[in-house]
Amino acid sequence: MNDLLFIFASACVINNFTLAYFLGLCAFFGITGRLDTALRLGLANIFVMSLTAVATWLLNTFVLPHAPYLRLITFIVVIAGSVQFVEMVIKKLSPALFQALGIYLPLITTNCAILALALFATNRGYGLIQGLVYALGAGCGLTLALVIMAGLREEIELSGTPGLVRGVAMSFFVAGILSMAFMGFAGLFHGR
Amino acid sequence: MSQTETPAERLVKGLWRENPVFVMVLGLCPAMAVTNSLTNGLVMGAATAFVLVGSSLLVSLSRKVIPDAVRVPCYIIIIATFVTTVDYSLAALLPAAHKQLGAFIALIVVNCVIFARQEAYASKNPVGLALADAVGMSLGFTVSLSMIGAVREVLGTGTLLGFRVLGASFEPWAIMILPPGGFLTLGALLTGFAWFRERRERGARRGGLAQGAVRPGAEVAR
Repeated sequence: MNDLLFIFASACVINNFTLAYFLGLCAFFGITGRLDTALRLGLANIFVMSLTAVATWLLNTFVLPHAPYLRLITFIVVIAGSVQFVEMVIKKLSPALFQALGIYLPLITTNCAILALALFATNRGYGLIQGLVYALGAGCGLTLALVIMAGLREEIELSGTPGLVRGVAMSFFVAGILSMAFMGFAGLFHGR
Repeated sequence: MSQTETPAERLVKGLWRENPVFVMVLGLCPAMAVTNSLTNGLVMGAATAFVLVGSSLLVSLSRKVIPDAVRVPCYIIIIATFVTTVDYSLAALLPAAHKQLGAFIALIVVNCVIFARQEAYASKNPVGLALADAVGMSLGFTVSLSMIGAVREVLGTGTLLGFRVLGASFEPWAIMILPPGGFLTLGALLTGFAWFRERRERGARRGGLAQGAVRPGAEVAR
């Protein structure tokens, strides 16, 4: 149980996917203009990541021992396929949720954080439960980073920034400072 | 994208005017994740170049065969094949560099620069132009990565390519080789380019007062 908690916290804050591993930056800088869209994107990410964790475990257990060189290709195809499938199911069963997630569901396929999750979980030899917890942690961490960034950017919009750094450059500086703040979590499990 | 441009023009555009990292702000994950030293930046740039040139060539050659409806999965499989090749070759030829870059070599698959070039250019243009575009973009990408890597290595460790360039009295800024340094370096470089561009525009206007130049920082009363 303690181990699972550690995996969760490690993926969520200590090694935050966005702020420590630079994953999912396109979404991080592209879509964090508004708070509610950032939150929705984060939730969609948690969902797809959990799905990926299960798919990864299935592939790692049943398919890849026979053909290790197909790792990348199968991962990316299975992720893209399952996202597409989930999209169709949600559209059929719950049009409201589909409306809420909107364009973000298909976009997530090309988010590097998803493929990275599959690769990291494989490299660390996580089982099904560990993989799922890892995915949840990573997803929560991503959501956290997105929401904090969106909140900050909404405020920055209203304040007078110098013309030179307006836009992307400003976002990078803010992300840098956020990343520094998240480094503080590194001591969280120091006593272990 | 005009139809009349020559391969040479196309190539130069990728280097500067349409630079993937500094102008289009694409491919950021590798641009920051592996650039804590110049060497890593160069290896990553070379690996990405191989994948980009290879897949542009293949996509451009088969652009009339691939049906529009399934083009995205096709591109992804082509790209993934080249990335697998690079991954295995690097592991065999440069095991040390491969270990340093880790999963980020595999993550070239989802590098948006590569995918964007297939979708926007290679799938619509003949082989010569597509190759020029791929080479230009690769060079632009590698140059950007090297710049970020060089700045971070010099400031973070006082060395360049492993050789000491700053005197012994220089206290390394450890933060530059840690994750925050990546964000800060890229932010600073982008600000520098914005400054450079603005200065040139102002020069072009021959001393006329530039509109929308640096505005004085408005006080925020909160």
